[in-house]
Amino acid sequence: MSSTIRVPLHAIAHGRAGDKGDTSNISVIVYRREAWPLLLDAVTETRVKEVFAPLGARSVKRYELPNLMALNFVIEDTLGGGVNSTLALDRHGKALSFLLLGEIEVDITPAMLPEGSPYRPG
Amino acid sequence: MTTKVLIGCGAGFAGDRFEAAGPILDRFAGETCPRYLMFECLGERTLALAQAELRRDPALGFSPFLDRYLAPVLGRAMATGTRIVSNLGAANPVAGARRTQALAREIGASIPRVAIVLGDDLRAQISDHDIRALPRLDGAALIDRPIVAANVYLGAEPVRDAIATGADIVLVGRTTDSALALGPLMHEFGWSDFDRLAAGTIVGHLLECGGQITGAYFADPGFKDVPDLAHVGFPIAEVAGDGTFVVTKPKGTGGCVTRATVTEQLLYEMHDPAAYRVPDVTCDVTRLTLAEDGTDRIRVSGIHGSGPPDTLKATVSVDNGWMAEAEMSYAGPNALARAELAADIVETRVREAGVEDALGVDILGAGATFGRGRKRTWQSAPDGDYRVRLALISDDRNHATLVIEELQALYCSGPAGGGGFRSSLSPQIATASVLVPRSVMDGKVTIEVIEP
Repeated sequence: MSSTIRVPLHAIAHGRAGDKGDTSNISVIVYRREAWPLLLDAVTETRVKEVFAPLGARSVKRYELPNLMALNFVIEDTLGGGVNSTLALDRHGKALSFLLLGEIEVDITPAMLPEGSPYRPG
Repeated sequence: MTTKVLIGCGAGFAGDRFEAAGPILDRFAGETCPRYLMFECLGERTLALAQAELRRDPALGFSPFLDRYLAPVLGRAMATGTRIVSNLGAANPVAGARRTQALAREIGASIPRVAIVLGDDLRAQISDHDIRALPRLDGAALIDRPIVAANVYLGAEPVRDAIATGADIVLVGRTTDSALALGPLMHEFGWSDFDRLAAGTIVGHLLECGGQITGAYFADPGFKDVPDLAHVGFPIAEVAGDGTFVVTKPKGTGGCVTRATVTEQLLYEMHDPAAYRVPDVTCDVTRLTLAEDGTDRIRVSGIHGSGPPDTLKATVSVDNGWMAEAEMSYAGPNALARAELAADIVETRVREAGVEDALGVDILGAGATFGRGRKRTWQSAPDGDYRVRLALISDDRNHATLVIEELQALYCSGPAGGGGFRSSLSPQIATASVLVPRSVMDGKVTIEVIEP
């Protein structure tokens, strides 16, 4: 049993945020197959809703794409009314993928990290 | 019989890089299969502004960027038989076609035959009263606000029919972005089954944001390194008649095409991956597979389709007053407290002047980008480099202006050490998506060819 390290989701996954109206969708894609089961366990609708609740999120739907080692989150009511109505600095919510990747922490084994990852322990 | 079609994308939004399409034409040189260059340049707001411009001057209303995108490629595209398909027509494809022909004369290119698609303007079909009564998917409340524009997202069939006229260039207004790729593929391969229509839609979906699939909007140094992003090459799809395709980019350009770049773009602005709906088909990408096929080449297969939705989507744009944004910086010891005091002062003064509209208050450097600027001071030390930002949208231009004036006044009437004031005041258009019965558009969409 190798020891685990606690890292932000950013260590094992990447993603992109898009907007339609007041709904944000954020993909979360793991770099390595080894991290896919952990992603499914740790990044739940409930956990994502906690992250986006301060922005007003009322519902989160998760879609799974195991072929692509990807999850797709659809987060409603989180963009201050949408790109043409919001007072937010980032009117599209384009930066929100990094809010998700930074706020959620996971306990991983080093095998889940991509080669050369800056998160690899010394 | 056509076995391969090449489609390149030269722009992913109005304001994208203007000369990115050149290397795509370099790559097309020597190819004899059908070649297309698409430019996606029409956002919802862009179209609403174009509608307003058309009302001021019937000769305008096409994309103000038409010359910038077409001038670098028009001569070579005409000389090599590469056809251009774009929504640069915006609110006035007829005028866009004439301007394209005038541009060709000015630069000494062959004069193109331009086919245009007309009929996406919903206000030409039904009254504003009836538009307001349509079921609303999302966006602004439509009651009591003046409608600026209402446009139906057309599908790929009219794009296909426009290409079938033999035109050199097809200019449309509002269609789905992906139709700019699906239309040519339907024409060349004669596709009508749902699996292939879905595959062609996903070709368009993957290409429509330009460099977003070739390493741009992807780079994260140390984690997702992208070679020579400064010279990023724009994407090309090599599509086979069975609906499988390879995404690649021109040799000698920067960027990269990998499973990761394609996956990010596949899910970009997609909700249910089993039901991505366009007017032509419902796409299912849950069984899609990506395979490496050499350097910067990803083969895509396994896309499935089923019947299209019963309704069409339209974007309705309404006047939404004015938006003011104003910023001032505070840096060094105790900067956060001085920035918070600045925001409090302006808020007090604006409210005492009778402004009741919602006021956005952010402190940049304290989590503002994530929408958590002030109330929850995220990662914010007392000392640092902070920037107060106030934002307000009002139907009353004077209220918006007041926010700017009061923030500027902090130079002599606010906390110590404020500097770097900037502001902007801009007219606002809010949008809503509504559902339109297909019967409203039956027989209303037409193709015209503008001869040289």
